[in-house]
Amino acid sequence: MILASGVNPHLAELSNKLIYSAMAVYLLAMFAYMFEWTFGSKGAVAVRSAEQATLAETAAAATLPVQAKAAKAAKSVTVTVASPGGGTTTLTRTALAGEGATVVTSGRGDGDAVDGPGAAGSSEKGDMAGRMAISLTVLGFLINASGVITRGLSVMRWPWGNMYEFSCAFAVSTVAAFLILLLAKKQVRWLGLPVVLTALLTLGLATTVLYTDSEQLVPALHSYWLGIHVTTAIISGGALHAAFVVTALYLGKDTYDKRIAAGKTTGPFNTAASVWDRLPAAATLDKLSYRINAMVFPLWTFTIIAGAIWAESAWGKYWEWDPKETWSFITWVAYACYLHARATAGWKGRKAAYLACLAFACFVFNYYGVNIFVTGKHSYAGVG
Amino acid sequence: MSDTDLKPPADEESAERMSSAPVEADAPSGIGVIGWMRWMWRQLTSMRVALILLFLLSLAAIPGSLIPQNSQNAFKVQTWQAAHKTIAPIYQKLQLFDVYSSVWFSAIYILLFVSLAGCIIPRTWQFVGVIRAEPPGAPRNLTRMPVYAAWHTDADPETVNAAAHRLLRKRRFRAHLSTGTDGAVAAEKGYLREVGNLLFHLSLFALLAGFAWASLASGQGGKLVVEGDGFANTMTQLDDFTGSAFYGPEDLDPFGFKLDNFTASYQTTGDQMGNAREFIAHIRYWEGDDSSKLKAGDIQVNHPLDIGGSKVFLIGHGYAPVITVRDATGKVVYHDTVPFLPQDSNLTSTGVVKVGDYGDKDGKKVQLGFQGFFLPTAPANFGPTTGPISLFPGDASPLLVLTAYEGDLGTDAGLPQNVYQLDLTHMSQLQQDGGPAKAKMTPGQVWQLPNNYGTISFDSYKQWATFSVSHRPGNSIALTGAVLAVLGLIGSLFVQRRRIWVRAVVGPDGRTLVELAGLARSESARIAEELAELAVDLQDDAPALDEPDTPEVSDASPTPTRPADSESKE
Ligand code: HEM
Repeated sequence: MILASGVNPHLAELSNKLIYSAMAVYLLAMFAYMFEWTFGSKGAVAVRSAEQATLAETAAAATLPVQAKAAKAAKSVTVTVASPGGGTTTLTRTALAGEGATVVTSGRGDGDAVDGPGAAGSSEKGDMAGRMAISLTVLGFLINASGVITRGLSVMRWPWGNMYEFSCAFAVSTVAAFLILLLAKKQVRWLGLPVVLTALLTLGLATTVLYTDSEQLVPALHSYWLGIHVTTAIISGGALHAAFVVTALYLGKDTYDKRIAAGKTTGPFNTAASVWDRLPAAATLDKLSYRINAMVFPLWTFTIIAGAIWAESAWGKYWEWDPKETWSFITWVAYACYLHARATAGWKGRKAAYLACLAFACFVFNYYGVNIFVTGKHSYAGVG
Repeated sequence: MSDTDLKPPADEESAERMSSAPVEADAPSGIGVIGWMRWMWRQLTSMRVALILLFLLSLAAIPGSLIPQNSQNAFKVQTWQAAHKTIAPIYQKLQLFDVYSSVWFSAIYILLFVSLAGCIIPRTWQFVGVIRAEPPGAPRNLTRMPVYAAWHTDADPETVNAAAHRLLRKRRFRAHLSTGTDGAVAAEKGYLREVGNLLFHLSLFALLAGFAWASLASGQGGKLVVEGDGFANTMTQLDDFTGSAFYGPEDLDPFGFKLDNFTASYQTTGDQMGNAREFIAHIRYWEGDDSSKLKAGDIQVNHPLDIGGSKVFLIGHGYAPVITVRDATGKVVYHDTVPFLPQDSNLTSTGVVKVGDYGDKDGKKVQLGFQGFFLPTAPANFGPTTGPISLFPGDASPLLVLTAYEGDLGTDAGLPQNVYQLDLTHMSQLQQDGGPAKAKMTPGQVWQLPNNYGTISFDSYKQWATFSVSHRPGNSIALTGAVLAVLGLIGSLFVQRRRIWVRAVVGPDGRTLVELAGLARSESARIAEELAELAVDLQDDAPALDEPDTPEVSDASPTPTRPADSESKE
């Protein structure tokens, strides 16, 4: 008999402290987002987003002097884009001769829903709070990620061997999905509040209910497939989380639009209209949620395949309809349904959104439900 | 729908058809059986039914995750059935204990695959046709396309069209310049989307084929081996074996191995104390007929060993006390290593010792039986209420607890018997000091049996390991299918298929009107930017004239008027 140890208690403790600190910083970020939303509700809600307005101004500024010099020097094209609602949008691309710069402006035609200006509205204080919130989110993200990394270093293995560890990593990947969208210059600052809220809830659950000390792994998890399979599962999970938040907001916004059209003045569940006004248009949200889900689907497919390969080397069969496998399959088929519905049946909007929510519910059940309530070969979650 | 007047002209319809998804059939066309069959086939291969089947498949998979399944744990199914006497027969009838091989589950996926074949195979042919043909020609009215741009120029139409053709080629579009009076460029890009989509769906068949082959030609056996013992992969030596249509007992791969020793390590501190950390079976094995050429190898959980066409997996482990029984004269009547089976995670193990050849006592033939526990780490004391429970899976303080029986073991009846259970029908427990005779022994200790039966000694103990020997072909097919599926998906979801048309014609005012139009799958927003980029580049060859009034495109051309649901057709 050999006695195993190999845990660096200092790093393990540091990791715990970092996770708590991350929660504190996320909490501050949450307050900052709340301030942003509150300040934003005071200012008048501009119809065109600030970003669009400035773009248009730059374009105008850029073309004016050129036009003064020689109109021919600038090549300019305006493209008319028909939108699903029957309206049109225009996109103007201007190439400045000699300078090689191009400016793209987009304008909105009539009859097309308009994206709200974001949480801060036109309030400068709101914008300030929003910027602080983003900085805090980045800080929280870094601390959270360090917490996960030190946890891994404390035992020199991938830090996802039990549900506490998965959850900490989940929070990292959800926030990362949001930050990546921001980095990709998407107008998603309004996503900050729900994302930080989910991260807080996940970490809260992790530190209270799911906590386990940092230890080495059971032999069933000694495999490099742990690194591959679980890593991709966590990334998929984080992104699906983010997509779900967008889908839910889409449903809210769509309901709000319908209520306004019906002459009511509040959003669903009597929420304040100014909140919904500041969100992007329902169609934009719908598209964004589809994009994220479609991006993640191949990764999720890969996750399941990697799991099957791992199962083959651990148990001899790559698929045994173990509850975890079954629910991964159900989740996968549900997302395939959703993609089919959108791509081939032309389901846009609510019907597709309900499917996306259902698919996400399957994902969540697979994570919490199967780990906690159903026993199978995957019962190494370290709870119960 | 009776909106025929709203339908776009035929040239637009072919131009807009970018996916060859099946067209939905609303009602049976034609008459009689053939008509109905054709209708049913069309329904089955329609997207709506495919969606329903997909949905049903995920729904049908749920019960199997909540109700115990024979395929995973037959023992659990029996326990469940015993506990739910009334509904168990109903569940049995509904095949709820074998969901994934049930008639209804199979029906769903078979229908789904038939639907898939009916949908994808015609689509593949169609796509081959598309690849061989030119991109669909420009519709007459380009303004009806979702993305549109236009301007006037002095350049002559042929030059502009040729330049557009060149630019599109440079952007790696498949472009076709139609000559003649109505010269126009038709271009298309992003065929990989369709390739990916077809690849994805077709590779699902490869996956299915892999599954099918595996279930038809695989076999799995189990074997418990004690340290120091060997094993040859034959039917007589395996503890159990399940074969399939094309892999029976006579097909077993020839090989064998010897378990030299087994190492286990456990967590000794903290709240996960007792959790396993490492299991390694050190073996030496041979392949084929020559059992003298031995190779050394390790088998661990997650790290099976590939031996001669089979994979050998480490499944479980436990302890086996070495026991010697002597009769009253001191003659050894029994000496063996007896595997005890673990009952909990701390390896509290139970087992029996059957002394079939005890011989005669007092002129009568008797047999002895022992039943009891092996505790790798025994508590200092345990009372009658708590019972013998091990505290830790490692062998920190091993203890053997036994009670003894005399009588007839029932082994001579010739019926197969469970080696881990005593049949007590013809046995009676030995008594001592007015109670059942019982002893706790540490390794090396000897128990003097009552009634002058002699002694039983707990000499030492070894570890044993269980192995699963699995022969499964078809894995590589399934894996290839899976990898292709992911590649196909990436193509199908990330590549945008789009068409661009350019047409330059001389208008009634003598100036050349350049028109560009684009069409993409509905989820794409980038086509507008792509068209704008192309247009800006094209202006090198077709400089825009100053428009007398505001350069509103909608002046030069009417705003696109399209039926509101047109996107959903794509
Ligand atoms: C076995 C289960 C199936 C799965 C997991 C599956 C999954 C998918 C996925 C993920 C896509 C990509 C969606 C997109 O392009 O955005 C797709 C597209 C498609 N699927 Fe399936 N599918 C299945 C069965 C079927 C069946 C039975 C049919 C035919 C009846 C079918 C026909 C199509 C078509 C036509 C498309 C392409 C849509 C387009 O590009 O226009 N699929 N499928």
